[in-house]
Amino acid sequence: MSYIAKPAARHPQMPRNAIGLTPRDYEGSMSTLCAGCGHDSVTAALIQAFFELAVEPHRVVKVSGIGCSAKTPTYFVSEAHGFNSVHGRMPSVAAGANAANRELLYVGISGDGDSLSIGLGQFCHAIRRNVNMLYVLENNGVYGLTKGQFSASADIGSLSKAGVANRQGPIDPVTLALSLGATFVARSFSGDKDQLVPILMAGMRHQGFAFIDVISPCVTFNDHEGSTKSYAHTRTHMHEVVETDFVPLKAEIRTKYDEGSVKAVTLHDGSTVRLRKTDPEYDPGDRRAVLDYLGATAAEGEVATGLLYLEGTEDDMHSFENTVDAPLVNVPFDTLCPGSAVLDEIQEEWR
Amino acid sequence: MQPTNTRDPQYYHKVVDCQWACPAHTNVPEYIRLIAAGRFTESYLLNRKSNVFPGILGRTCDRPCEPACRRTRVEDEPVAICRLKRVAADLRDDVSDFLPAAPTEKNGKKVALIGAGPASLTVANDLMPLGYEITIFEALPKAGGLMRTNIPSFRLPVRVLEEEIDYILDMGVDIRFDHRIDSMKKLLDGGEYDAVFVGTGAPKGKELNIPGRQEADANIHIGIEWLEAIHFGHVDAVGERVLVIGVGNTAMDCCRSAKRLGGKQIKVMARKSRPYFKASPWELEDAEDEQVEILVNHSPASFVVEDGRLTGMMFDLVEWKENEKGRLVSTKLDEVFIPADDVVLAIGQDNAFPWIERDIGIEFGEWDMPVVDRATFMTTREGVFVGGDAAWGPENIIWAVEHGHQAAISIHNYCEGKSVTERPPYGMNLVSTKMGIHEWRYSNDYDANLRTEMRYEDLEKRLADMMVEAELGFDLGQASREVERCLNCDIQTDFSAKLCIECDACVDICPVLCLTITHDGEEDDLRNRLTAPAENRDQALFASESLPQTGRIMVKDEDLCVHCGLCAERCPTAAWDMMQFDLLNPHAGTESWPTTAITV
Repeated sequence: MSYIAKPAARHPQMPRNAIGLTPRDYEGSMSTLCAGCGHDSVTAALIQAFFELAVEPHRVVKVSGIGCSAKTPTYFVSEAHGFNSVHGRMPSVAAGANAANRELLYVGISGDGDSLSIGLGQFCHAIRRNVNMLYVLENNGVYGLTKGQFSASADIGSLSKAGVANRQGPIDPVTLALSLGATFVARSFSGDKDQLVPILMAGMRHQGFAFIDVISPCVTFNDHEGSTKSYAHTRTHMHEVVETDFVPLKAEIRTKYDEGSVKAVTLHDGSTVRLRKTDPEYDPGDRRAVLDYLGATAAEGEVATGLLYLEGTEDDMHSFENTVDAPLVNVPFDTLCPGSAVLDEIQEEWR
Repeated sequence: MQPTNTRDPQYYHKVVDCQWACPAHTNVPEYIRLIAAGRFTESYLLNRKSNVFPGILGRTCDRPCEPACRRTRVEDEPVAICRLKRVAADLRDDVSDFLPAAPTEKNGKKVALIGAGPASLTVANDLMPLGYEITIFEALPKAGGLMRTNIPSFRLPVRVLEEEIDYILDMGVDIRFDHRIDSMKKLLDGGEYDAVFVGTGAPKGKELNIPGRQEADANIHIGIEWLEAIHFGHVDAVGERVLVIGVGNTAMDCCRSAKRLGGKQIKVMARKSRPYFKASPWELEDAEDEQVEILVNHSPASFVVEDGRLTGMMFDLVEWKENEKGRLVSTKLDEVFIPADDVVLAIGQDNAFPWIERDIGIEFGEWDMPVVDRATFMTTREGVFVGGDAAWGPENIIWAVEHGHQAAISIHNYCEGKSVTERPPYGMNLVSTKMGIHEWRYSNDYDANLRTEMRYEDLEKRLADMMVEAELGFDLGQASREVERCLNCDIQTDFSAKLCIECDACVDICPVLCLTITHDGEEDDLRNRLTAPAENRDQALFASESLPQTGRIMVKDEDLCVHCGLCAERCPTAAWDMMQFDLLNPHAGTESWPTTAITV
């Protein structure tokens, strides 16, 4: 943990986005995570994504639970709204906030302990409800904050820092999300921002629940030989199935791919996600095939990455529940609370 | 790109912009840290090792270090390096026990130095401790050269000047005042000296030969001669209206002196506009503070004389434009008469060597200047050396000091029978500053304070007396504020590729986007695809060996690094370390460096 603030000095040619902000305007306070923590790289990638999308800081809501991952929202967009909730309960808080104001950008940051152990039920139901949010799971296979016990995502045979092998089977959040009907499912690596940043941007613009499992190594407790979530292991075993290119609305498409290998998906706001498959057989729109593919690669010890499954959809929690279009803050008070006479009327109906 | 060889002392030396820009390579960041620690004496002595005259230079240096200061690239104003030097000099304790001393047993070699200016004094400073017998011939009754005669006392008090000159003379230098050397031939033929050093400066002020020059002679003064006459008390008054022709630093000293001698309306007349002025910006500011008027685009046409007395000058009002070749040419727009009682010419200085015979093996070249080797300072006659302004025309004190150091190395080699081209090696010490998990031996917290303003003596008081020093120097509070602005560029970000796990933590934290992990390429290509494009070609790119996990390389653009150490703090494997770089800068008598040092 550094004791000094990040110097105010800036690069004189630092770029500015459409609303006149620099990447540094999306920073938060100094990280108190261990030096080299993958989570800090995820933070840097988020800052880049917010900057590129020219998001207004006060239109962002960042939510988290408990754990190392839960600390990260402090380290980006200090002008955003934020809520650190109870362990594993971030999805409920996010859903509640989203129910009240559907126009803000919700970014939930969780970890493998927060989402796959104590909060597993919450995680599943947020997917079922299709809460319109970006859900980032910083996955390192250990409980870092309690000194490195295996988490529910640790692979069988993976060694702890003390050399003990894990024997319980892992929960894979990606296949779980797919089986529960998630419409945006991705896996990435904190050490590969070229891949991570466009996925984060697409996830922020996706209508509905956008899930990204980010392998984010724990440099203190799970970056040794024998770990399957270390920097070195992830680098040698990661296999990019789909390259993602995010094209914001009205932007010019610059990258030229061999047609046929590219699948373009238009998102709710009109921006486009272009997916380039590195395996011609792979179809990021076929849920069952993707599940099969992931099962096969996992059996070989490979870590499939990229925007693995994407389905353009108009649905989310609000359309399921048939809620009012405007954020509650913009609904006039007498509409929101029509008074005891109306309540009496309703109650009379059910007598 | 070839991996950068950071074990060549000159690579890290160049990162320390101030030290690199200083002709004498003064270790600026370290002396500033010593001031911060209240160790003024140590700071003074560190300065003295390379620049010999910290008290004098702390007031009068041309400050090549300040425009080079890294701070000018991340904000506007450099660290007040020069003024901090003065703090060390002003607040030091008695240093006499720590000064170099001459051995009682001499080495049997005699060296003659001609002129007692900064170049010669530096030669004496370097050679006396090695056992040489040094004789200085000085035409004037006092030592110091242009430091004494051309810098007025309100900028450099005589007490400060004499103290630092005496540190050298007191080693037992045989100095002969009022002894002008009229014939080099005679001196050399005498055979008394093993080597001769010429440090006679550029003592001849330039003339302005326009109509009326002869007739008005009584009221026209040559700047440097006039300043000398003021110093020795031969001039103590001037007319009410004074025109100073020229806009260099000598012109600034002249106009400010005129103000103190009773001049009321002082005008500095410049032929060109402000961007072309030769004077240092701070000297221009000081002059204008003292209500001196600076007029631009006035080209002198003639001196106007009535009844045998100067009444003023005619000027052409001109406009400057660049021609096709990019040269500035002037067009005359109008003429104007400006009344004056006295005119001071400060339009440059020339060298003059009427006293060196042209048939004694000392070859003269362009502009009737002796041919002097740029590295060894030796003339075409073996054993005769030239340095300071005498070598290649007017420069400044700090260059004269460095010339003196280099000439002393040559003289020592020559007297030892070694080749003068055999220069002693540069070296460096590189020591980690790590103290604790995230603690360093330097203050790495970036201080956003703006440059500290100087305090000046009350205007009326300083204009009333030539001897009142205009600048008061920083007080302790100002000094302790200003030292924190230094970015500690000598604390180097030292990288070990084999330790890097490519976690990106350093790249992510860097406040000024210095770092990139990318695949290798040629420098031109790399410069364009870094985290931020590296457009300042004067600043190096550091390229590492290939990194273990992906074979990519770490690239650092040295341009804007503020040496905050966050890359090292956020590095989980200590692949980055903050290491203090100490340039080992050889002087006469340095044979080798300790075995712990890294030398090339």
